[in-house]
Amino acid sequence: MERFSLDAAHLLAGGMVLVSFMMLYQNRILGLLNVFAAHAVVLSLSVAWQAYIQSAPHLFVTAAIALILKAIIIPVALHHMVVRLGVHRDIETVGGIGPTMLMGIGLVALSMVVMLPAAAEADPIAREDLALALSVILLGLLMMVTRQNAISQIVGFMSLENGLVLAATGARGMPLVVEISVAFSVLVAFIVIGVFLFRIRERFDTIDTQALDDFREGRE
Amino acid sequence: MPIVAALLSIAGLAGVAVAAPILVARRVNWATPAVYGASLAFAAVLLLSGLLALLGGSAFQGNVHLPIGLPWIGAHFALDPLGAAFLVIVDFGAVVASFYAIGYGAHEEEPGRVLPFYPAFLAGMNLVVLSADAFGFLVAWEFMSLSSWALVMAHHHDAENRRAGYVYLLMASFGTLMLLLAFGLLAGPDGGYAFASIRAAGHAPWLSGLVLVLMLLGAGSKAGLVPLHVWLPLAHPAAPSHVSALMSGVMTKVAVYGFIRVVFDLAGEPAWWWAVVVLILGAGSAVLGVLHAVLQRDLKRLLAYSTVENVGIVFIGLGLGLAFKTNDMAGAAALAVTAAIFHAFNHSLFKSLLFFGAGNVLTGAGERDIEKLGGLVHRMPETAYLFLGGCLAISALPPLNGFVSEWLILQAILISPDLPQWALRFLIPASGAMLALAAALAAACFVRAFGITFLSRPRSPAAETAREVGRWQIRAMYALLAVCLVAGIFPGPFLDALSPVSQMLVGGAMPKQPLLPHLAIIPISESRSSYSGFLVFFFILMANWAAIRVIHNFASRAVRRAPPWDCGFPDASPATQYTADSFAQPVRRVFGPIAFRAKVSQTMPPPGDLAPARLTLSLRDLIWEFIYEPLEGAVLYAAERLNVLQFLTIRSYLSLVFAALVLLLVLVATWA
Repeated sequence: MERFSLDAAHLLAGGMVLVSFMMLYQNRILGLLNVFAAHAVVLSLSVAWQAYIQSAPHLFVTAAIALILKAIIIPVALHHMVVRLGVHRDIETVGGIGPTMLMGIGLVALSMVVMLPAAAEADPIAREDLALALSVILLGLLMMVTRQNAISQIVGFMSLENGLVLAATGARGMPLVVEISVAFSVLVAFIVIGVFLFRIRERFDTIDTQALDDFREGRE
Repeated sequence: MPIVAALLSIAGLAGVAVAAPILVARRVNWATPAVYGASLAFAAVLLLSGLLALLGGSAFQGNVHLPIGLPWIGAHFALDPLGAAFLVIVDFGAVVASFYAIGYGAHEEEPGRVLPFYPAFLAGMNLVVLSADAFGFLVAWEFMSLSSWALVMAHHHDAENRRAGYVYLLMASFGTLMLLLAFGLLAGPDGGYAFASIRAAGHAPWLSGLVLVLMLLGAGSKAGLVPLHVWLPLAHPAAPSHVSALMSGVMTKVAVYGFIRVVFDLAGEPAWWWAVVVLILGAGSAVLGVLHAVLQRDLKRLLAYSTVENVGIVFIGLGLGLAFKTNDMAGAAALAVTAAIFHAFNHSLFKSLLFFGAGNVLTGAGERDIEKLGGLVHRMPETAYLFLGGCLAISALPPLNGFVSEWLILQAILISPDLPQWALRFLIPASGAMLALAAALAAACFVRAFGITFLSRPRSPAAETAREVGRWQIRAMYALLAVCLVAGIFPGPFLDALSPVSQMLVGGAMPKQPLLPHLAIIPISESRSSYSGFLVFFFILMANWAAIRVIHNFASRAVRRAPPWDCGFPDASPATQYTADSFAQPVRRVFGPIAFRAKVSQTMPPPGDLAPARLTLSLRDLIWEFIYEPLEGAVLYAAERLNVLQFLTIRSYLSLVFAALVLLLVLVATWA
């Protein structure tokens, strides 16, 4: 049983890394949103499993928050937003899928190399979990960096946050209050960014962040 | 316990600093005397506690640990002999400056810019001396720097003062950074920031050496060691005169205190090369400082450069102390360290006296440029004679106190042949020669300062209409001159008072000074050398009395017939008198080409033109040119290059953050 619970936890956390790679690969916006929803579902599964094996009931709340907020509300809202902005047919120009994937693989390797010795004394669940969570975080950042479209950048940010939650549940003892407030802050960030997107769109007729830059003052 | 009284008085000073803006805002007309009077009272309590702790022995010393500041350190305060000696130096200066300011402050146009910061400045300096942990020391140090910066900026309408404030702020932050690093090294990875635990921990030789270098940069920049002195001649003159006196006379001593505390007390066993570094810096500061001082026309700036010289002399004494301490020559080390601290005390006395004199000239004649002064001895006689007393003291003429401390340092230099290291055996006499040169140049400098300012005839209407200042200022100066004279004639008790300090720093003390015969002081042993200020004073008095009697009784008795003398001024224009520049010319001729790259260029009028030929003198500040300008250029260049970073896209910023994160992770991965 001990062995099995460990393997299952690793499987789910590894699944998140895999879904992160799928997000990196996906260059259509609606597709990306679907993959993001899948990411959140895997996260909530992983958290629920952690709750079960750690017998920490408050983690079920976390899992529920992840499922409702990140797998349903935010993707649906983003979906509406994309349709209203009329960018659902856009295919993003990403700076070469191949190199990005290679960089992603490098980042996963890096986070393994960093975390496994650093957390050597922690119990095995936390150790592997932390390494995988760091990979998810780095992949989310990579996504924010390599995408032009503001919506993809938001999705990158959200997946980064998923990585944080994964790390937090793996390490035992994170209080529920922190969890809930993080979830709220993500929601607030989401609302602010949404409002912001519409404003940008109103002004510049695009949500390509490159275009913002062209309007900037004081550029040499 | 004196330390409790001292801490309460510091709290009182802080309270005065808080109350001052309220008084100023209410436009109370007794705000100035109230603030300075209260500062005077608290400083007097601090002075008394310092004296008690210094003279009363360990019964009056002690430690206090307060649960404020960083939670796991708290705030440690200690009053030991070293701290007590500097508490006396700081607070004697503070008492007299506050007394002076009761009168001087009435001339202040914007008291709101001075009154709140003055007690805060005093509190900061006292806290530095009393702190016994690195954290408290640094906070107090920075507090002292910032409040004095605010005082420098008091007259900020003048663009020159704003520049002085800017340079001062830069140098002060640099200095604090260096101190921070030094204490970080001393505290080690365990974070033992209390002085007691730093003292108890052993330090590796390379670490102590690094701490010495950092202290020279940090405390040296505050004390005004060449080449870190650049802010000092700008900032000290910019402040109101009583603050200039405190900054020059007292704050530089707080920096010296910091240096002594770390290098002699905390950093562990010194190595012999420490002495080499300190001696070279001290000797360089002494000579360069006084060379600059000789050429200055601004009275207060001249005094500030002379501070650089005197700090150099103090550091020569400290360097000697280090040299003897490494070679276990406790008696000689005690002599050098005692002389250095005694010189610090003396300098605080006569530099305050001279700055007060300059302040009187500034209020009386409204002018700091000595080329526009002259003849003030008739209009401000008391200021003139008091200033003359200060000039005599700072020029190290017996029987005043400046002579005693410089003589003691020279006595310590004479022991140097007993040292085993050849480098020191050569270097110490060389720095002794530099010290003698600096003393001679200082005499020339102050003959010029006094002569051009106070003697001959007025050179401008401002000097013509100058008026004597009020009683407060004059009385403060009398007090200082009296202490100068007492310390010069009866130095024995002062040296005895410093023996616990040298006992603590170098584990030895000077021989107990006998009050008889002739009140002489004995640096090492009676057979070797001794000096009696009292006898010298007595002979000077007798010789003068005899000369006066002889001249009056015999010389003018006979009636003589002679053509009337025009006093050497056939032309009535004041321009025919000796000017400040002409007086300094010989010194400039000798040292100018090396120290300042002085060049005189000659411009002849075109043929047929009757205009006079012109001589143009150019002096270059080499330190500024070779150290600060390249540095400034490098900073500007880097800033220009980095300016691009202000105009990146959001994605590029994210990429930078990402790249930095990955880089750090790679570092962790490769190191771990």
